[in-house]
Amino acid sequence: MLLTLIKPTSGSINIFEKNLATHRKEILQQIGAVIEKPDLYKYLTAYQNLSIFAKISGVKATKDLLMKQLDVVGLAERAHSKVKTFSQGMKQRLGIAVALVHNPNLIILDEPTNGLDPQGIADIRKLITQLSKDQGKTILVSSHLLSEIELIANRIIIIDKGTKVVEGNAAELLDPAKTIVQVETVDISGAKQKLLQTTWATNILQSTNNLRFQMNKADIPLLTKQLVDLGIDVLSIQPRHSLEDYFLSLTTQHNHVDTVAN
Amino acid sequence: MWTLLQIELFKIFKKPRTYLAFAIIAAFIFLIQIGLLANGKDWMKFILGGLDETMDMEYGKLMNGYAVCFFVLNLLLVHVPILVALVAGDLVSGEASMGTLRLLAAKPVSRSQIILAKFFASAVYVFALLLWIAVISLVISIAVFGVNDLVVAKQTGVQLIEADDVLWRYFYAFGFAFIAMMVVAAIALLLSVLSENSIGPIVATVGIIIVCTLVSEMEIPIYQKYIKPYLFTTYMLGWKGFFYINSNQDGETIKGSIQYLPAILKSVAALLAYIIALVSASIFIFRKKDILS
Repeated sequence: MLLTLIKPTSGSINIFEKNLATHRKEILQQIGAVIEKPDLYKYLTAYQNLSIFAKISGVKATKDLLMKQLDVVGLAERAHSKVKTFSQGMKQRLGIAVALVHNPNLIILDEPTNGLDPQGIADIRKLITQLSKDQGKTILVSSHLLSEIELIANRIIIIDKGTKVVEGNAAELLDPAKTIVQVETVDISGAKQKLLQTTWATNILQSTNNLRFQMNKADIPLLTKQLVDLGIDVLSIQPRHSLEDYFLSLTTQHNHVDTVAN
Repeated sequence: MWTLLQIELFKIFKKPRTYLAFAIIAAFIFLIQIGLLANGKDWMKFILGGLDETMDMEYGKLMNGYAVCFFVLNLLLVHVPILVALVAGDLVSGEASMGTLRLLAAKPVSRSQIILAKFFASAVYVFALLLWIAVISLVISIAVFGVNDLVVAKQTGVQLIEADDVLWRYFYAFGFAFIAMMVVAAIALLLSVLSENSIGPIVATVGIIIVCTLVSEMEIPIYQKYIKPYLFTTYMLGWKGFFYINSNQDGETIKGSIQYLPAILKSVAALLAYIIALVSASIFIFRKKDILS
């Protein structure tokens, strides 16, 4: 919808303080996007693909500009190779070059690490961070890979079944004071009974299969001491502080996260 | 718009399948030319055999470049729509199946411009294809077989067009063929907008042409009266009209005349109306369409 590929059934979209329906061309000139798969003209070279999309975006596609852009995504040496010879990671990087070639203010990346190997994922992550920090670009990333989002996002929106569940600053959402701690014991129900008589009762999260607390990470030693004092046989204590855990605490079904890095 | 058109042309002429059409046409015409070079005189005698006693025919002279070109066009122009559909049917659906349509539609150009650019690009392709046919079938045939009067068979008999009255008729005939082929391109484009795979619109375009041609040709009164006037195929072979010439009271052909000019003009108007309607429909649908692939 942000790229006008799908029409909204109701409502309107404002980007850069302008209505998308009435200022479509103006707004799209400032947006670059990679939509899920980096689909490009396979029978053309990387340079030709980039040249085509630069021209459509209204940019004067000089050789210097195109080669510089290919260099940014690490494809300068393969500029004149046909896209059909590229790996998924290379296509993804070329897709990002296409998204960046007209120097947009907003970059939308839909599942940018889909189908990439660990090195490819790391490269894309590095590139996104560079664009955000060095060039001050606003990057909207839509992804199911929560661990990746956690590494790059400043601001996070969690969407469940098409509805926004939470939106906020990544640092705030992943507040250490709200760390989830999972305790593995020999007798979970017995341990719960004992803990419900203590001040830790308010920290226990509702669950029948495990024993989990939401607490400040700094208080883990105090919890450990309390468990020993109560004679609970502890097998392990695991602090969980990832976006994935936070997400799972909000929902157990849909998992789709949108993040904004700037 | 100009930039978009340049890009569309660049994409069309970078695809190997584009050149397939040129290669097929060249091979086909060369085969005819070689055959007629070997047995042209006999072939002409066979074709006009029934008139042997009534007309003083010089078969060798009649087998000239103009006649070869006329023969080629008669055989070939029926099949060129397939080659046009091969490229035009892929213009939008090919991008959809490749996934580039989303990228294209997310750029700061209007969807109407995208369709118009693709249509005009297909026009350039059709023009190039017909120019190729003209060069090979007319220019090369003239160079190999020479120039002389052109004999044209009609339902009422044969007529002779003087050599210096022929060439301009070919220019107009190719111009007419261009408009006719653009109807095919417009149909393929519309089907391409409706589809998300390349093969469907190409096959469907060819299918529509075959069905419409068969219905146009059927001598069934109800079809002739109610359906034929509205079929584009009824008007597509109007190029032949440029080679039907008026005769005076003595039966002598009148140089520079066209016997059925109003009918030709009507055909041109009908074909142009088809093109405008089909391209407008393509733009309308494409503007409304959610692009998911």
